[in-house]
Amino acid sequence: MRTFSGKLIIIVLLVALVGLLSWAILSLPFHGASLRAQVFGNLGNSGVSNPVTAVLLNFRGYDTLLEIVVLFLAALGAWSLGIVRLPDTMHPARPFLLALLRILLPAMVLAAGYLLWAGAHAPGGAFQAGAVLGSAGILLLLTEVQLASIITNWPLRIALTAGVVVFTGVALGTMILGGHLLEYPRGWAGTLILLIESVAAFSTGITLVVLFIGGRPSKSDPSVALKTPEERKEQL
Amino acid sequence: MSVSTLYSLVGSSLFCLGLYGLIAYGHLLRKILAINVMGTGVFLILVALAYGSREISPDPVPHAMVLTGLVVSVSATALALALACRVQENTGSTKLTEDGSD
Amino acid sequence: MTWSQWLLDLPLALVLIWLAWRLLTSADLFKAVVLFIAFGLLMAMAWVRLQAVDIALAEAAIGAGITGALFLSAFNRMNGVQRKDDKDQDDVKGRNV
Repeated sequence: MRTFSGKLIIIVLLVALVGLLSWAILSLPFHGASLRAQVFGNLGNSGVSNPVTAVLLNFRGYDTLLEIVVLFLAALGAWSLGIVRLPDTMHPARPFLLALLRILLPAMVLAAGYLLWAGAHAPGGAFQAGAVLGSAGILLLLTEVQLASIITNWPLRIALTAGVVVFTGVALGTMILGGHLLEYPRGWAGTLILLIESVAAFSTGITLVVLFIGGRPSKSDPSVALKTPEERKEQL
Repeated sequence: MSVSTLYSLVGSSLFCLGLYGLIAYGHLLRKILAINVMGTGVFLILVALAYGSREISPDPVPHAMVLTGLVVSVSATALALALACRVQENTGSTKLTEDGSD
Repeated sequence: MTWSQWLLDLPLALVLIWLAWRLLTSADLFKAVVLFIAFGLLMAMAWVRLQAVDIALAEAAIGAGITGALFLSAFNRMNGVQRKDDKDQDDVKGRNV
């Protein structure tokens, strides 16, 4: 923004926008419309007792399916931007960090499992568990563990697509069995939700690690991670 | 003023602050930060209105929508950051230029 | 709104707005990213105040943690920042980090 008067006009317009939004909010009725009654009325049939999980994976399961696909698409986009240097896997080992991670990583996996299980009756769920798993993966990347040589090509791809595939499979399966899309059969809702949530949590964790890497982790030539961008362009 | 109204006003202020940050700065990283702040403001408005309409506990449907929005927001941020790094690698500058202006 | 709610919510609301202003207008980009992580954590407190505990968990893990790590990694890549201790250890492995 070059000119001061340009900035001033923007500020005035934005203050007007704030005023307009505040007026809209303040003129809403005190007890607005809410879907609370419908949700709690059908909670018994949904297979879980946490209302947010029920809405996420049962009543509005289609939105969650599309959300997992969006996460996958972002990983696809980042993956196709090229091979990128792995962040900080070659720096000298920090003994305190490694010692801390030996305690922290199993605890994080345990916490992720607990959040996944508790999502049925208490605050928690698949995305929280997936985020903790993703954080564990990122911490692992920041140590000297060279994940590119451990995670080879195909297991990584299977892990990334597992969430989308399982959720879509359940959705198509319910259609094949005669119901509508994602209309769980009677009595199976809890089991199917747990299945979808576990695979989605694992897949979300791996996707977040790939998004952190920011590109395709290279396995065939580990030294490509060390080259500068000019050298990589020469190589390609 | 109730708790719900206070947080809705905070949400709208965050939205407009983020919009100012998006317009006023050229650095790509700042723009992505500003978009995240805008998204957080919108989520605050949604959840504050859900809290405001409660009798015993808040309405869970906006909570599920905000949870979905949070995950979509992090995916969009990750993709935007990867693209910004690519732009910086290819053109050497951290701002988007149009024919030499700005 | 009772006085205890005013005591908790008004400072939280004001600090949220002030933090957002500071992170958007700070001159140092690294400081802006760190302020963003702090903003995410305070947001988690706001979610708890609004009785949205699932969102608070997700915001603390995804919004503050993962997004903060993403921004720091991108900041590193865009600025080519060399960490201060690398200059001492450059000869240890004999290659540039």
